[in-house]
Amino acid sequence: MSILVYAEHRNHKFNKASYELISFGNKLAGDLNTNVFAFTTGTLAREDLKTLGNYGCNTILHFPQDVSDDEKQLSRIISDIASERNASIVLIPHSFRGRAAAPRVAIRLKASLAQAISGYPVSLKPMVVNKRAFSGKALIEETLVADISVLTLNANTFGLIENVVEPAIEVLSIDAGSAATRVIQSEVQSGKVLLSEADIVVSGGRGMRSADNWQPLEELAEVLGAATACSRPVSDEGWRPHHEHVGQTGKVVSPNLYFALGISGAIQHLAGISASKVIVAVNKDPDAPIFGAADYGIIGDLQTVLPRLTEAFRKHKSQS
Amino acid sequence: MNILVCISNVPDTTTRIKFTADNKSVDYTGVQWIINPWDELALTRAIELKEAGKANKIMVISVGNSTVEATLRKALAAGADEAIRVDAEALDSFSTASHLADAIKQYPADIILCGIESSDYNGSSVGGMLAEMLDLPSVSSVSSLEIEGGSIKITREIEGGRQQLETALPAVLVVQKGIAINPRIPSMRGIMTARTKPLKVITASAVNAESQINSYDTPPQKSSCRMIDPENLDELVELLHKEARVI
Amino acid sequence: MNFEYTEEQLMIRQAARDFAQRELIKDVIERDTHSIYPTEHVKVLAELGFLGMLVDPKYDGGGMDTISYVLAIEEISKVDSSVSVIMSVNNSLVCYGLENFGSEAQKEKYLKPLARGDKTGAFLLSEPEAGSDATSQRTTAEDKGDYYLLNGTKNWITSGNTAGTYLVIAQTHPEKGHKGINVLIVDRNTPGITVGPHEDKMGMRSSDTHSVMFNDVKVPRENRIGEDGFGFKFAMKTLEGGRIGIAAQAVGIAAGAFERSVKYAKERKAFGTELMNHQSVAFKLAEMAVKIENARNLCLKAAWLKDQNKPYGYASAMAKYYAAEAAMWVTTEAVQIHGGYGYVKEYHVERLMREAKLTQIYEGTSEIQKIVISRQINNDY
Repeated sequence: MSILVYAEHRNHKFNKASYELISFGNKLAGDLNTNVFAFTTGTLAREDLKTLGNYGCNTILHFPQDVSDDEKQLSRIISDIASERNASIVLIPHSFRGRAAAPRVAIRLKASLAQAISGYPVSLKPMVVNKRAFSGKALIEETLVADISVLTLNANTFGLIENVVEPAIEVLSIDAGSAATRVIQSEVQSGKVLLSEADIVVSGGRGMRSADNWQPLEELAEVLGAATACSRPVSDEGWRPHHEHVGQTGKVVSPNLYFALGISGAIQHLAGISASKVIVAVNKDPDAPIFGAADYGIIGDLQTVLPRLTEAFRKHKSQS
Repeated sequence: MNILVCISNVPDTTTRIKFTADNKSVDYTGVQWIINPWDELALTRAIELKEAGKANKIMVISVGNSTVEATLRKALAAGADEAIRVDAEALDSFSTASHLADAIKQYPADIILCGIESSDYNGSSVGGMLAEMLDLPSVSSVSSLEIEGGSIKITREIEGGRQQLETALPAVLVVQKGIAINPRIPSMRGIMTARTKPLKVITASAVNAESQINSYDTPPQKSSCRMIDPENLDELVELLHKEARVI
Repeated sequence: MNFEYTEEQLMIRQAARDFAQRELIKDVIERDTHSIYPTEHVKVLAELGFLGMLVDPKYDGGGMDTISYVLAIEEISKVDSSVSVIMSVNNSLVCYGLENFGSEAQKEKYLKPLARGDKTGAFLLSEPEAGSDATSQRTTAEDKGDYYLLNGTKNWITSGNTAGTYLVIAQTHPEKGHKGINVLIVDRNTPGITVGPHEDKMGMRSSDTHSVMFNDVKVPRENRIGEDGFGFKFAMKTLEGGRIGIAAQAVGIAAGAFERSVKYAKERKAFGTELMNHQSVAFKLAEMAVKIENARNLCLKAAWLKDQNKPYGYASAMAKYYAAEAAMWVTTEAVQIHGGYGYVKEYHVERLMREAKLTQIYEGTSEIQKIVISRQINNDY
């Protein structure tokens, strides 16, 4: 028996979500008295690979050919490795590619699948997990019936647990087979903090009034090292790109800190942010429902509050 | 090119969700049923492609008892040509995908569209499972679909950006926001013609679930919101730093 | 007795609701403030088939029942009655009149484009000196053999400028009184027609209301609907059905204000608790709910009678009277519940209140409806 973690990377570096998943796997391995393996695909430097050891991973299985773009190919390789290593739990990040591969992996392994679990399982034998349902309006406790479990986890739902070990790196030479899909073109923004991985998200709503008013919001995000986001009306109006839309039909985020600026807090928006640890709301309407979901609230006009917020955080940053 | 759209019947996203007294199931009394929003966008795109002369036939399929037929007829009214109901209970993602896979073997299509998740159980699983069961390629988080001759061009979202892809067909595409802008509203003519469009009911073999829900709960209420004086934002910084420990 | 809607009726209600809540809501305040005609929205209404939803499919209509029509008008009126009035006039006055009393040739030529929504229709009855009293028509249609020569002025004409087809009520034989009145189908582009300036109204500001002047307008004889002298009866018959549309509109206005009030009462706090927990507000909401339910049921009954080909004039007068009065009361109280917010445009209820007022006035004032109802009582008891 073992735990297999699929570790994703971006621009050849592991992201925090991967370290978090290793931390999670390591805790499972401890509780089940077994080992955690990490599997990763694509070009990675040895010293980057070894960083997974900082969170307790003993063995890193590295397949240098990048197969992460083809769902069928990736899931076949993950499931083959899981079978070979006799994995009873496969952990996959709840990223775009991760959540796509997980169901295929589950079917191949005849495993039970739980996507986007809310944290550490309630029980390991049998596997019982908590999840959100009805777009955040309900929490469910679910038993996974099969002997093998495939679990995916959103960023920031478990946290990092450092546990430095010296990992063994095995370079895999396996037959990758052929891909059924072909990437014609990729456009990836570099330098920006990703919404799905961000610790802090600064999000603007209709209260921002127009597309031209985003500069101060971006400034705040920059000071905080945060990702930027928006509510649905904002992306519908075309003030911000669709990929920034957080909410029921957009992205579900789980940062440690979420700023809702000029967002009234429609139920569809709350569905996308309810997994955030701390929510700060700024709104001129004291009755805005967002204050019912927020931990800290400021009633005021964004034009004056936003620059002051930025200033206050800048001051804090320079002091610490 | 024929398109099959998998449709899930879900409670209206604005309804309040109530549970039975023992918290072991959802109380669906008084619930208004709708097409899962992502499935509705998938259907809308399929209809657009048909109207543009790029697709021939649009089929919709759903797993469930006769209550899903209203939703299927709405899909027919919106512009689908044929509907299939698999007469079985959708116990979980696995059983749903299994029933769909069995049915699709009888009613093959070139493009199978699934919404990225359902707004009830948010499982994000049926599309991928279905693809694996049918041994088909899949592409997920698809935000644009074009048909050019015998092949398709897809855009999908990935972390921090997007990719354009081609795929062998048939394939399962798991679609998200962007695939269509506004869901198609059925017209009077559509509602009228839906009366005579076929809605087939097919029986299903028994499938066991791979997961089982033990209990439902409402998310914990936030303790009341602490209001900060906009003139004293240093207080907020202090609280986030020392009390909430998030900066 | 069966109070269940059919699956199709629910589907139509949902379609109207989706259209209203996704599309109409967007710029409704802007359209109202600046009296902007909803050109694009009327196009979508046409595409969805709402403009001719009651017309038989063989004349390019939707072939839907009046119950569905009531449900659709209600949903659209929750958001924008300037749009629902265009739909109501086109469906229940113009298309209804043509379909039921027009010749095959007239239906082919005029009903089809109206049912498809390629054109909208207007119903020209009111005059500067004859509003509720339809018998005293001053507009004349002089019989010239091959054609009628139309002269006079019509007032308060919904879609007066944008309509492609007019149904004009005019006097041909003044000596015969209301039995000398005719109804003519008039193409909007006929020489001699002048459209007056856009009326700057209190509510329903973006519908296109005008006076229309006829100066020696030649209308071919074949454009007369029915026998010579049928005009007054035609007007009364169509207005009976028209009342159902306006009653449904009033229900929608009231329901829209009610839904906003409930939402507001559950969110807004006063004296430490939500407004909903104050009995003064909760009781108001209860009264609103009862009045709306009553109005809707009256409306549905009139629609049902019409669908069953039973007499419905009495029922539609009751529905229109009661729904209009309910809408006025409900919207006024909705503004009250919203307090200061209710008095500003952003919260929609003041607009709904302005719209409600018109439902007590047009297509037969509340007083006229009471005349219709009381005459029937006098007759029956």
